[in-house]
Amino acid sequence: MSGIVPAPIARQPWQMLFPLFGLIGFGALVLTSAAAGDFDAYAKSHLIRFLVLFGMAVVISRLSKPLVSFFTYPAYLVILLLLMAVEIVGQVGGGSQRWLEVGPIRIQPSELMKPAVIVALAHYYGSLPVGMIPNWRALLPAAGIILAPMAFVLLQPDLGTSLAIAFGGGVVMFLAGLPIRWFIFAGVAGIAAIPLAFFFALQPYQQDRVTTFLDPESDPLGEGYQITQSKIAIGSGGIFGKGFNEGSQSHLNYLPEPHTDFVFATMAEEWGLIGGIFVLGAFAIILRWGLSVARAASDRFSKLLAAGMTATIFFYVAINLLMVMGFAPVVGIPLPFISHGGSSMMTNMICIGVLMMVHRWNRNAPRTGLIT
Amino acid sequence: MGIFGRRKIGAKPRELVSQTTLENAFNRRTFVIGGAMGGIGTILAARMAYIAIAENERWVLESESNRVNLSLIPPRRGWILDRNGAPLASNRADFRVDVIPDRMNDPEQTLSSLADILDLPDTTVADITKRIDDARGFQPVEVAVGLNYDQFAAISVRLPDLPGVVPQRGFSRFYPTGPSVGHLLGYVGPASAEEYEERPDPILITPGYKIGKDALEQQFEQDLQGKPGARRVEVTASGRIVRDLETREDVQGDPVRLTIDGPLQDYAARRIGLESGSCVVLDCETGDVLCMSSMPSFDPNSFSQGIGRVEYAMLREDERVPLRNKVLKGLYPPGSTVKPMHCMAFLDAGVKPEETIMCNGGRRIGNRFFNCWSNHGRVDMAKAIYQSCDSYFYHFAQQVGFEKVAEWAHKMGLGEEFELPVTSQFYGTVPSPEWKLRRRESEWQPYDTVNSSIGQGYYLTNPLQLAVMAARLATGDKVMPRLRLTDEKPQFEHFDFSPEEIDYVRQAMSDTVNGPGTAGRARLPFDDILMAGKTGTAQVVSLSISDGKTGPWKYRDHGLFVFFAPFDKPKYAGAVVIEHGGGSGSAYPIARDVMTYLFDPAKGLEALRALEEQWGGTAQQRLDSKYRAYAAAAGASVPPVPTRDEDIFDQVEAEARLAARPDRELAEGANRRREDDQASSQISRAPPSAQTPERQAASAAAETSQESGR
Repeated sequence: MSGIVPAPIARQPWQMLFPLFGLIGFGALVLTSAAAGDFDAYAKSHLIRFLVLFGMAVVISRLSKPLVSFFTYPAYLVILLLLMAVEIVGQVGGGSQRWLEVGPIRIQPSELMKPAVIVALAHYYGSLPVGMIPNWRALLPAAGIILAPMAFVLLQPDLGTSLAIAFGGGVVMFLAGLPIRWFIFAGVAGIAAIPLAFFFALQPYQQDRVTTFLDPESDPLGEGYQITQSKIAIGSGGIFGKGFNEGSQSHLNYLPEPHTDFVFATMAEEWGLIGGIFVLGAFAIILRWGLSVARAASDRFSKLLAAGMTATIFFYVAINLLMVMGFAPVVGIPLPFISHGGSSMMTNMICIGVLMMVHRWNRNAPRTGLIT
Repeated sequence: MGIFGRRKIGAKPRELVSQTTLENAFNRRTFVIGGAMGGIGTILAARMAYIAIAENERWVLESESNRVNLSLIPPRRGWILDRNGAPLASNRADFRVDVIPDRMNDPEQTLSSLADILDLPDTTVADITKRIDDARGFQPVEVAVGLNYDQFAAISVRLPDLPGVVPQRGFSRFYPTGPSVGHLLGYVGPASAEEYEERPDPILITPGYKIGKDALEQQFEQDLQGKPGARRVEVTASGRIVRDLETREDVQGDPVRLTIDGPLQDYAARRIGLESGSCVVLDCETGDVLCMSSMPSFDPNSFSQGIGRVEYAMLREDERVPLRNKVLKGLYPPGSTVKPMHCMAFLDAGVKPEETIMCNGGRRIGNRFFNCWSNHGRVDMAKAIYQSCDSYFYHFAQQVGFEKVAEWAHKMGLGEEFELPVTSQFYGTVPSPEWKLRRRESEWQPYDTVNSSIGQGYYLTNPLQLAVMAARLATGDKVMPRLRLTDEKPQFEHFDFSPEEIDYVRQAMSDTVNGPGTAGRARLPFDDILMAGKTGTAQVVSLSISDGKTGPWKYRDHGLFVFFAPFDKPKYAGAVVIEHGGGSGSAYPIARDVMTYLFDPAKGLEALRALEEQWGGTAQQRLDSKYRAYAAAAGASVPPVPTRDEDIFDQVEAEARLAARPDRELAEGANRRREDDQASSQISRAPPSAQTPERQAASAAAETSQESGR
């Protein structure tokens, strides 16, 4: 930026930070409205959480590449153990749960696992000899890195998170340069497996969600109700919305989860298409910046790392928005930076922190050529 | 080389993967990923724009229909007024509770909570459960009305735990005189599923909305129902009302003003007392029906709150058929009450009043001898009326032919249906040769004339027809009864009788009461007002079964009395019919007291009070105590009320026809028996002694009517 701004400040990735702050601030407004005008209910903790986690992101951004490389696998293993611990505690406790409570802190290892898988995969492919990449034997460790946590998350059961892990891992492998036919083959196999998965792998409530998604009117008071109410909220907002704190769908409790999964519908009702374009635009800028960081990275590890983190954020945004607009089944995935909720904020801020870190690495060791 | 990195397998055993190719692949694939992201972003934006702009109207509408709940306010029903403007049916503000089965999660649980709060008896709970089972889900089912404020508040507070329960302030129908107007007015109730299907108006399934279910309440439904109000409220998804948006007041239904004189209606009903019967009083000048009481009756107040199974069972099992409006649907042989009317027919046929016959305790018609109830000696027309001499009518009916008599019977209103706003009238039978041929497919016989001439045989009339006959006799006008009060004074066609002829019959009927007639005890307690009348006793079974005066109630004779007053300038006319009263002696004291009340209410009430003390209270009080006794005895083991409104009365009607049958069977049976008998056996019988109106005198002549007044 310009000369009068001190260099340490000018160095920061403002093209990402401005939209981010915008989303957070807008999120606070929407959350205030979701609590019927009560700032303290959701918005306050939303802002406090952001401040704390932004501090964490800044700390992450200061990490050096060797340090990250060194701790990648141990961290991955620790989180995998935590996931297993969740499963064991859940079994002992006699019920499924997704978090561990350590004193006042509630850790949700499956959330931590999303960035951890990406870091581990990026590290794996970054250090893999180039010639090994199209070799199917090299695929096995990578598959293990993805499938082990997926298996445990599915056991919880948490379909959304396991899909997020698969998506993040898949994007990293795709960008790592694996042969394209493997992906085509996997895609065909995946499509073939859908009916099997639907009937044997999904829980009854998940099956319901899928059937409801395909035919919302089949269950107008149950799962379909949520999607319908969400569409009513978005549709009735029109272009300019009903105005701040004027949304009847959220205030009169027609909209399910107006502050978490369906926060976008809450927003759209009051801010209309304009608000929606703003949110989409902000995400577009942030994601575009993420990809540009990946492209500008100097080595394979950094590239894959940045691209994977961007993909993770994208996955959240896309699935959430597809869901509230009736294009995807109802899966419990919140909208990054706007939805109220600590664990998704943490995951997304880790992603942001990692992207800022790669951004810093890029500046310190500018990309000079094709070779690292 | 493919776009994404790998060469075709067949080209080389192993393609060259270098840092550079990977770098290129990464850049290309990043581009693809970025493009996919942008594509999905664009799809999302387009989708959102589509929902928010193209479909905006639809979703705004849905959002409004979510937010705003339109609830109808049942209109207050129009009042039914008597001729003086006093309410016969009005509305009472109260608290009520309904349930909507569709919205209940666990009907049994909810109902038992309600039963606890409201302290409902088991039978009531069973009734409600049945109604919930029978109702279509969206139809409200009434749980209780007339709650006190504490009960109402207790339910309102617990509403979140009681889904589907609707407590509200409303109005319930109130009939101040209860059973006295039950048959006249009918009652109200929630619309049935059939009614809703016929007219799917949402007001019909609004809790608290009632429609007329019988009689005038049903007939005047259009006038009475009014226009529902509406309340627009903002509600949450769970149905909690956030605020009122707009309220439109209901428009009360129009009042309907009847010709009925409320107090008289009540008086007559109460005066019937323990008997089962009816009393009709008309205004001769206008045809206004001043009272049409039918007792015993039901209490329309409790019917309108939903008929309890105990009460229904009690009413249904009662042999005195309290569910039948006897004024319109009770058919009785008119007996001697038709004699004055037959005299008018004779006069019209040219019979002179002075013409006499000899009553020798009966009369020979053709080659058979028919008994009279007494030996009257020389009888002219006047004596034939006030002494009710059968022989006179045997003779002259035979002389003028019964076609002529039947024609006059119709002119006088018998066998006729009147244009009245009532749900149904049984119009009975006026026998005639033509009728018999058509309905019985047999020739008219002389004994048919004999039977019919004294109002027996196939003759069947309802009390209203008898009252109309009395009014037409009294005035010589074709008085038409009416129930709805209008300002215009109706003009009636005048029958072609000279004033002398009319006066003659009036005088003879006055003598029945005030002279040497059969109803001396019917004399009014006034010096200046004389009532004219004619007694009648209608046999219900053959004399071989019962003497008609004692023994089982249902075998006793019907007592009838038609009357008008003042006799010389008739203002009021009417009829009293007491079922199985044991003779006309049960009927004319009631007529006397009713007319006394009409002219002097204090004197009339005095007489009634003394009687009610003996009977154990007013009609309402007796009904209530009877109900308590019945409920205590029956407990919960009573069958439920039929679901369809029609069935409630149909069952009774079926019995009613069954009960009416003995009359006809008697007539036929008597005829048949007589056919079998040899006429000689009749002739050989000694004439009865003049002093005994007792039945043994006429035991063989089952077809004759017996006067028992003196």
